[in-house]
Amino acid sequence: MPVFLTDEEYTILTSVCSRLIPSEDGPGATEAGVVDYIDTLLGAFSYDPPRIWAAGPYSGRHGGDPGFAEFLTLSPLEELAWRSRIEGSLGLAEREVNGPVVGLQQRYREGVAALGSGFPELSPSEQDAALHAHAEFAALVFEHACEGMYGAPEYGGNRDLVGWRLIDFAGDVQPRGYTDAEVSEP
Amino acid sequence: MNPGPGTARDFDAIIVGSGPGGSAAALALTETGRSVLVVEKGRNHLIDLDDPRRLIQRYSNDEIKFGPRHFLGPDPIVEPRTFRISEADGDRVFVGEVNSVPATVGGGAVHADGKVPRFLEEDFRLLSERGPVEGAEVVDWPLCYDDLEPFYEQAEGLIGVSGAAGSNPFAAPRSAPYPMPPGPAMYVARLTSAAAERAGLHPYPAPTAANSVPYGGRPACNNCGFCSFFGCPIHAKGDPVAMLQRALLSGRAQIWPETCATRVVIEHGRATGVELLDQAGRRWVEPAASVVVAAGAIETPRLLLLSGVEHPLLGRYAMFHFQTYVAGHFPQRLHVHRGRAVTHVHDDHLVSDLASRAAAAAAGLPWIRGGMVEHAGASLPIEEAKLYPWGSGHGASMAASPMRDHLGALVMQGEDLPQSGNRVDLDPAVRDARGLPVARVTYGPHRHELAASDHYSGILTEVLKGAGAEWTVTATSPMPATPLTPYGDLISPIPASRHVMGTARMGRDPADAVCDPWGRLFAAPNVLVADSSVFPTSAGYGPTLTIVALALRNAAAFSAGT
Repeated sequence: MPVFLTDEEYTILTSVCSRLIPSEDGPGATEAGVVDYIDTLLGAFSYDPPRIWAAGPYSGRHGGDPGFAEFLTLSPLEELAWRSRIEGSLGLAEREVNGPVVGLQQRYREGVAALGSGFPELSPSEQDAALHAHAEFAALVFEHACEGMYGAPEYGGNRDLVGWRLIDFAGDVQPRGYTDAEVSEP
Repeated sequence: MNPGPGTARDFDAIIVGSGPGGSAAALALTETGRSVLVVEKGRNHLIDLDDPRRLIQRYSNDEIKFGPRHFLGPDPIVEPRTFRISEADGDRVFVGEVNSVPATVGGGAVHADGKVPRFLEEDFRLLSERGPVEGAEVVDWPLCYDDLEPFYEQAEGLIGVSGAAGSNPFAAPRSAPYPMPPGPAMYVARLTSAAAERAGLHPYPAPTAANSVPYGGRPACNNCGFCSFFGCPIHAKGDPVAMLQRALLSGRAQIWPETCATRVVIEHGRATGVELLDQAGRRWVEPAASVVVAAGAIETPRLLLLSGVEHPLLGRYAMFHFQTYVAGHFPQRLHVHRGRAVTHVHDDHLVSDLASRAAAAAAGLPWIRGGMVEHAGASLPIEEAKLYPWGSGHGASMAASPMRDHLGALVMQGEDLPQSGNRVDLDPAVRDARGLPVARVTYGPHRHELAASDHYSGILTEVLKGAGAEWTVTATSPMPATPLTPYGDLISPIPASRHVMGTARMGRDPADAVCDPWGRLFAAPNVLVADSSVFPTSAGYGPTLTIVALALRNAAAFSAGT
């Protein structure tokens, strides 16, 4: 169940992500669950603490406790920043010191609506043409898709570490780190 | 956070900012018996303030958290800056992140990968050694290397520096070896430093504020690779933690995080306290006998301007280092994501030679000077992923990794000449979330920087080819502005160095300088500026160690009243 997106928006955005980072010879955005990363970001304040910063210091994948599973609380200033970024300024004076801010939720809602409910049924080349016609929205989703594909899985994407496996990247390696030989030798 | 407005707290000094400069000043002042309050507008993720021997563990190998999500602050939505190249741009061309260093306890040192070289003797005497350059205000520092040497040694011991004395033929004399030996050389740096040697250059192990052996009660670096722009999960980096711990353990220091200094209260040429604003919205004036401003060379002039300090040079001569990146594509994988980001550097391009004199003459300049070159590469996959166009082939590009795992780079931190028109002032309209005018940066490089970058990038290209690179590409930060200038991008006309200097320069004559030779404001001598704002010239080196050494020297003198 998505936390922010409607089921229809979720379906459309899944198709969008699968064109931005397609599954070709290896896994793509679909296998990585990139849309879940985006939905978690858009719905970050549905959680307490909000899903903005994983705590750490370790994930448990290379020793230590799985501290990435916890999220950190925000200070009032940080909450102001992140609510402004995600929800927009909504006419609230404290969020409009320099004028209105359009939030990510609104940009996604409008961007998905502009592509339309028929987007998933288009052919891949038609989907690419539609994304090029909505280049600003495509650029926004692509930025988040890269994060959801190659960031830590605790943020909702990189499912089963498919992104890191694709590029043979160990990800967060603390507290093990790398040996001197792994640093210095080919 | 802080105890709020109160009475009978007679601090000898309030220090604004907890980065390398503020931490060093806190230590020097407490060691001479002074009581200090350190106010830091950002959060504390570094040190348990109730038990300073304990360190907090909230830093992690997490690119999302430390990259696009601004964990260390400042967040440009609530604390933006503005930018323009010159007054011809109008009030501004960009609002957002402009050369930010972290706003958090520990400041810029938390995210730095800890390259901490000393300056050369010539860096303190640039006017005398090289002479003037038209369009710039090249000056000598009001102190020389020998004055600072004991404090360099003290700084290296405090923060913990690994390095190899005697390995850099251009280095100024040192009175003691480095506290620790160098850590392991990264594979890419072995390739490029060997090629640099074959080209007649003199690479050496980078003096690095990361433990190569256990030091100061903190462990040795384990090469995790999340170094530049990350806090260290195991506290192997020598951020200001040791200085802050010692200051707190003296019982004479307090740190109040999430407490923003909004104004230094100055009456009749003397500071009497600092106006504070905390996250609960409480605003009050905390009195103190003196004030130390160490908020970084953008926020320091902003605070002094907000405080009504009047000096025609305040905010002027902003310098950032002109960075030249030469990247080379190698046939083999280089795994630059293992190790401490940069393990070798060379200083040859700071030294005048026949070729640089010829290049200067060809450009119509009396001389050119480059900077320290870092032997490095690219390590972060999200950053890489955003470089390739979306669509078919994206996964194949990531798997092949031409822009990360096959990329070796040489990065020169070029001398940036001080120009009067390059400045920090208060933006006439844009405000932060606290309602205060934000800092506006006006900056464009001098043609010296462009000529030096042109000349030395050719040498660096040959080094990379000699190391095995199949092709190379050169970029600079700032890049030249074009009509389609991508101001929000990684590389843009906005300098990206995170080395900011010069906006309250020190000197002997109040007509030529904002601070005296000991870092005190001419306009209010019980205000000490203890960061790189006081640097008269930029040198071609990262500023951190010199910030610490200078703050130790100047704060001790400040305490003694000299």
